[in-house]
Amino acid sequence: MATLLNVNGVSKRFGGIHALDEVTLAVQEGEIYGLIGPNGAGKTTLFNCMTGLYSVSRGEILLDGRPIHNRKPHVIVELGFARTFQNIRLFANMTALENVLVGRHVRTHAGVFGAVLRDAGTRAEEAASRERARALLDFVGLANKGRTLAGHLAYGEQRRLEIARALATEPRLLALDEPVAGMNPAERRQMAELFQRLRAQGLTLLLIEHDVKLVMGLCDRVAVLDYGRKIAEGAPNAVRQDPTVIAAYLGTEAAA
Amino acid sequence: MLEFLHRPRTRAQARAAIILLAVLLALLPFLVEAGLGRSWVRVLDFALLYVILALGLNIVVGYAGLLDLGFVAFYALGAYLYAWLASPHFGLHLPFWVVLPLGAGLAGLFGVLLGAPTLRLRGDYLAIVTLGFGEIIRIFMNNLNAPVNITNGPQGINLIDPVTIAGVSFGKTQELFGITFASAHFYYYLFLVFTLATLFIAYRLQDSRIGRAWVAIREDEVAAAAMGINTRNIKLLAFAMGAVFGGVAGGLFAAFQGFISPESFTLWESILILCMIVLGGMGHIPGVVLGAVLLTVLPEALRYLGDWQRAALGEVVVDPGDLRMLLFGVALVLMMVYRPEGLIPSRQRKREFHAEDGVAAQEQASLYDSRA
Amino acid sequence: MDIFVQQLINGLVLGSIYALVALGYTMVYGILELINFAHGEVTMMGAMVALTVIGLLLGLNPELSGLLVVLAGVLVAIPACMLLAFTIERVAYRPLRRAPRLAPLITAIGVSIVLQNAAMLIWGRQYVSFPQILPQQTYEVLGAHITSLQIFIVLLCMAVMAGLWLLVQKTRLGRAMRATAQSKEVAMLMGVDIDRVISATFVIGAALAAIAGVMVSAYYGLAHYYMGFMLGLKAFSAAVLGGIGNIAGAMLGGLLLGVIEALGAGYIGDLTGGFLGSHYQDVFAFFVLILVLVFRPSGLLGERVATRA
Repeated sequence: MATLLNVNGVSKRFGGIHALDEVTLAVQEGEIYGLIGPNGAGKTTLFNCMTGLYSVSRGEILLDGRPIHNRKPHVIVELGFARTFQNIRLFANMTALENVLVGRHVRTHAGVFGAVLRDAGTRAEEAASRERARALLDFVGLANKGRTLAGHLAYGEQRRLEIARALATEPRLLALDEPVAGMNPAERRQMAELFQRLRAQGLTLLLIEHDVKLVMGLCDRVAVLDYGRKIAEGAPNAVRQDPTVIAAYLGTEAAA
Repeated sequence: MLEFLHRPRTRAQARAAIILLAVLLALLPFLVEAGLGRSWVRVLDFALLYVILALGLNIVVGYAGLLDLGFVAFYALGAYLYAWLASPHFGLHLPFWVVLPLGAGLAGLFGVLLGAPTLRLRGDYLAIVTLGFGEIIRIFMNNLNAPVNITNGPQGINLIDPVTIAGVSFGKTQELFGITFASAHFYYYLFLVFTLATLFIAYRLQDSRIGRAWVAIREDEVAAAAMGINTRNIKLLAFAMGAVFGGVAGGLFAAFQGFISPESFTLWESILILCMIVLGGMGHIPGVVLGAVLLTVLPEALRYLGDWQRAALGEVVVDPGDLRMLLFGVALVLMMVYRPEGLIPSRQRKREFHAEDGVAAQEQASLYDSRA
Repeated sequence: MDIFVQQLINGLVLGSIYALVALGYTMVYGILELINFAHGEVTMMGAMVALTVIGLLLGLNPELSGLLVVLAGVLVAIPACMLLAFTIERVAYRPLRRAPRLAPLITAIGVSIVLQNAAMLIWGRQYVSFPQILPQQTYEVLGAHITSLQIFIVLLCMAVMAGLWLLVQKTRLGRAMRATAQSKEVAMLMGVDIDRVISATFVIGAALAAIAGVMVSAYYGLAHYYMGFMLGLKAFSAAVLGGIGNIAGAMLGGLLLGVIEALGAGYIGDLTGGFLGSHYQDVFAFFVLILVLVFRPSGLLGERVATRA
């Protein structure tokens, strides 16, 4: 398997605080890679660095060999790297379908003249976008919610809509920031099953998750972050038994 | 106002409604003249002009969520370009169909020049910078009469050519097909054509890839960027589009008035156009049209306040013109406090302004770090 | 050389007035992240109220000491502006504290229009002249002229700013203000009454604005219902130049902008070969504003805030 994403010695400082300290990891094509760690370990910071929302202070990030650190977010999306947000960031006042259509933006090209004149090319592009968006809504189980405002969807539906929106950008790598947070066990199983289907279609997944059971059952490999450093990486079972990881997670209790 | 066009009950009903509306719009200047007098036809012309301006600004403020307080600068550029190319000032007399596109282009160019460095600024900073830009343009128009007389300073430029189509000059009263058309009538139909074209463009843009990108940026700029939207370019596009409409309206204004001076392009004009959008319902085309018409017609109606005062008190105690702006100010505050979504809001805006928690806004504020 | 010194002096005088007004913008922005667009109009109201009082007193007894009369005018203008600012915050800004960002900015514009037109209805469209009652001695410094009024303005502004600095750094209220500016939530948890702090911020800013309003009308010898608009814009530019939200920055920005403007007006003719003249003075503030926002949005002393989404 080829490496799809390389993170090489990435550091991120906010003022004097090291949010990320020399983090290095590699995600292989086609795998589900988990990123775990206690709260404040720097997982979301790493996501934001990867997807262009934060600049990196040092180090490099490569997508399929091409540097993507310190690039604009939209460029990174165009290269095939999409994401979701921990605290769901949908366009709340647009419909579910419109949200997914926004995801199509980067793969479509109609400009002002196309929009106003609605030439054959633009109409075809728009129709194809809508068809694809509907298919994606169907894929995540929101087939009949296309006309609902995103803000009016139930919590779990919003999470799935965010995934559909990210998928609309046709990513090779999809980064999910705590996608099952706040869900009940049945919903979690559904999501896990959705991730399996995505992987089956050849998509590579990068997952931040707190639910250890989900991570262990789903991920091919996991990395553990603590205080901005990677303290372990490997198969879920091996990582689970790593004493540093246990210390980090149990921390004070182990010491006590 | 135009809402029924969206939800026609049946196709026949829709067609009937459209035909009725078309007939009404065609006869309107004559009905108004018969009922209220010719001066009201001019008011009607201005109402259409302001609809164009408001729809233009609505793209910037309503769709993309960029508060532009210098919109009048683009209006001024269009008007001055028209005056330069079609008046005795430089001795040039180009036809309006050459000048208008040039004015639109010039305004769009300035929109890009101003927007490129400033659009990464946060909303309220952008408001102040655009306001400053508007003032700079006005100061230059006021002072560029020496040593080379470009703008003729505060006196403005006079004797601007009226629009002429097929040999018919819109500047004077003429008889056509047995009907007497005054200048105001001609311009009514001209402005109506431009207004309908603007409406068409605004609707088409709204329901397009570009329109969705604008709204996405307004809703959550960080998420929009993370979904692959080049936020800087798309915002710039909104800015330039708005400016183009402003430039066209400016050219029409110059031709219609025959005279322009910096006085017509003050900050308050920008604010008036903003008020139209806010009053009607930001980002919602029928609301914007209503707002523009209301705020053009109401101040004219307020002139009667002077007559009433004279009738009741024997003299005009408060000049209604002075009262007008005061009432606008009060209306702006009241609207924002009690009905921020406007008179006819879009379904989205209504929710947005009445959202209970400001959490999303705070998170948005804290996520983007030092670059962008 | 003497033009340079002269314009430098003029710039410092004007700049110290800008600084006073800029403080009002910066304090409110520091706490609410709101551009209090109506602040310029509060300044204008201060000038108008003071002039009315001065006119009344001189009408009663023209023999009164000029300095005392002006002082009385200031002492009435200050509470009047404080009350005005308190009311504005209550009516136009407080109901919108959780609304989208643009909403309070739009009400601020509305308030600004209301105040301007109210002033026009009350005091008329004409310029109101400031009576020549302050001692006007001229001194010569390095080949330039400086009047006693100019010295007085600079000294008064410095004293007021020093007072504000002490208030913010040394008092309980000042501590509460600084805490609120850092984080409203944390301040609230620490028992700070946020609403009171916000009110206090508006009211203190208004007091400074009242003083500035009187000073600027004394300096130019006139006041006008429209004067607050340009003054407010320039003061806002000064606040941005210094770093908005930063009190020392507002003071520095004000002085600097005054100097830039004065020197710019003095030299623009030479620089453009006579093409542009000193009536372009007002343009400098905007160019400074745009340049600062584009190249250093954090201002000279501030932290970066402008690129937050």
